[in-house]
Amino acid sequence: MKNRIFGKYRKDQVIWGYIFIFPTALGLILLNIWPAIQTAILSFQKTVGFGDTEWVGLRNYQKMFADGEVFQSLLNTLIYAVVSIPSIVVLSLLVAVLMNRKVKGLSIYRTIYFLPVVAAPSAVAMIWRWMFNNDYGLINNMLAKIGIDGPAWLTDPSIAIYSIIIVGVWSAIGYNMVLLLAGLQEIPKDYYEAAEIDGASPIQQFFNITLPLVTPTLFFVVVTTVINAFQVFDVIFMMITPNSTAMFKSQSLAYLFYKHSFILNDKGYGSAIVMFLLVIILIITAIQMKLQKKWVNY
Amino acid sequence: MKNKFFSNVPIHTMLILGGIAMALPFIWMILTSGKTLVESTQIPPTIFPEKFQLSNYQQVLDLLPFMAFYINTFLMVVGRVIGSVLFSAMAAYACARLNFPGKNVFFSLVLIQMMIPGSIFITPQYLLAQKLGILNTIPALILPGVVSAFGTFLLRQFFLGLPDELEEAAYLEGANIWTIFFKIMLPLAKSGLVALGIFTALFAFKDLMWPLIVNTSIDKMPLASGLANLQGQYATNFPQLMAGSLLAIWPMVVIFIVFQRKFIEGIATTGGKL
Repeated sequence: MKNRIFGKYRKDQVIWGYIFIFPTALGLILLNIWPAIQTAILSFQKTVGFGDTEWVGLRNYQKMFADGEVFQSLLNTLIYAVVSIPSIVVLSLLVAVLMNRKVKGLSIYRTIYFLPVVAAPSAVAMIWRWMFNNDYGLINNMLAKIGIDGPAWLTDPSIAIYSIIIVGVWSAIGYNMVLLLAGLQEIPKDYYEAAEIDGASPIQQFFNITLPLVTPTLFFVVVTTVINAFQVFDVIFMMITPNSTAMFKSQSLAYLFYKHSFILNDKGYGSAIVMFLLVIILIITAIQMKLQKKWVNY
Repeated sequence: MKNKFFSNVPIHTMLILGGIAMALPFIWMILTSGKTLVESTQIPPTIFPEKFQLSNYQQVLDLLPFMAFYINTFLMVVGRVIGSVLFSAMAAYACARLNFPGKNVFFSLVLIQMMIPGSIFITPQYLLAQKLGILNTIPALILPGVVSAFGTFLLRQFFLGLPDELEEAAYLEGANIWTIFFKIMLPLAKSGLVALGIFTALFAFKDLMWPLIVNTSIDKMPLASGLANLQGQYATNFPQLMAGSLLAIWPMVVIFIVFQRKFIEGIATTGGKL
């Protein structure tokens, strides 16, 4: 036996094991684990001058909880999440179920629905800025045709966030549809044949067979959609004019983090904001993991 | 069976309506990119440009260094794909098939990383890039994606699902772990590697906040952040903006259409394994 045994381990496995995990372990520590700790430390500091920092204790957090802009951004983020998450999940599932009916032209539909997923978000935001344009945009022109005076989609402070949601939903459907379609195709066909013989309607089949059996994929889709929704940034950054009232009423916590850390250059305050976002996301993820047992069938 | 075509009419109707909603913004982008500024602001709007103007494309190409954007994007995507696929495959194989002390500690690092939202890492990653002196370089664009916790997790599931007879046979014939990994396991895991590669490429291509922060000189930007420059300067010349958008999205759209099946299968694989 050329391999000596260290306790329960084989020598070659130990050596190669460490060699194989080394790049990823090093990368994760330098790029993720240590940065997470550093962000926590930064949130108790203030940037003074060039790269120097000063310890300020809880002052960033005190400032944050008294900051109306942070409160408004939290509210915006929650509105974005509450409206966009169910829309994305329901519409993606609907499209996936329709496509699972083995209709003709499936691959053409699938390509079209997936197109927004492969488009760079900065281009997507520009295209939609043009679609939403007050005077010359396609949407308001079409609304005018049927006698509706369209709103100022991107500059009206009470509307802007819903325009962002529309773009967010439009961009996310294709991706989740593909995941759900894969989940649907794993459901054994004989379940539906049996239900058909028993005279179950398509609606009954959906609620009694499809929905319960697709819950593992649905759970994955919900978890990732939630995490993405709480970090929404790209579309806001690209579509809404900075420092406008519309921005105040639509900026997310992730945008506020970017603004304070990299535009106003107060990385300490930005870090406090992103720590706050982390706590919110962790709490929601923990709740989802808990509720998982109640509705996901494995 | 009754007439299948007619029973499918409601399904087609819904899918077509949804498809129009998905495709219309792109079609409108293409049509607008061929109009003159005057034509694009006519009321009521015309659908087709009188004569498709290529001048908008010429102007955008003069305004922004698109060639640099393409090269930077390509290098960023390739760098992240090679790094994350190779390193994740190695780490995933170690986690799935080898026994060594500390394996569980390492795997819990992977899981922790996956649970923490990405924005937490950005400021210290930026400070690291600054310290390394690589701001405004291609390595800076690649940096946060060079290893992948998600990739490690995904490929570990993949390796766990592969039969181990081949490996054992090779082992008994005296092959070492390095050879087994590269000669036997990697080819078997090909579909998993392709899935991770596609996933990584797509998200590297779409990453906006990181390139915006690390590469501020225009000739070092990838498409995502480079296009944002058009926004501020010429914010109201929509035919130009649409030409710029088309120039930014066509490479990925073409790749997607050519490798469509691989794309769809790859993305589907990334979701079913949790």
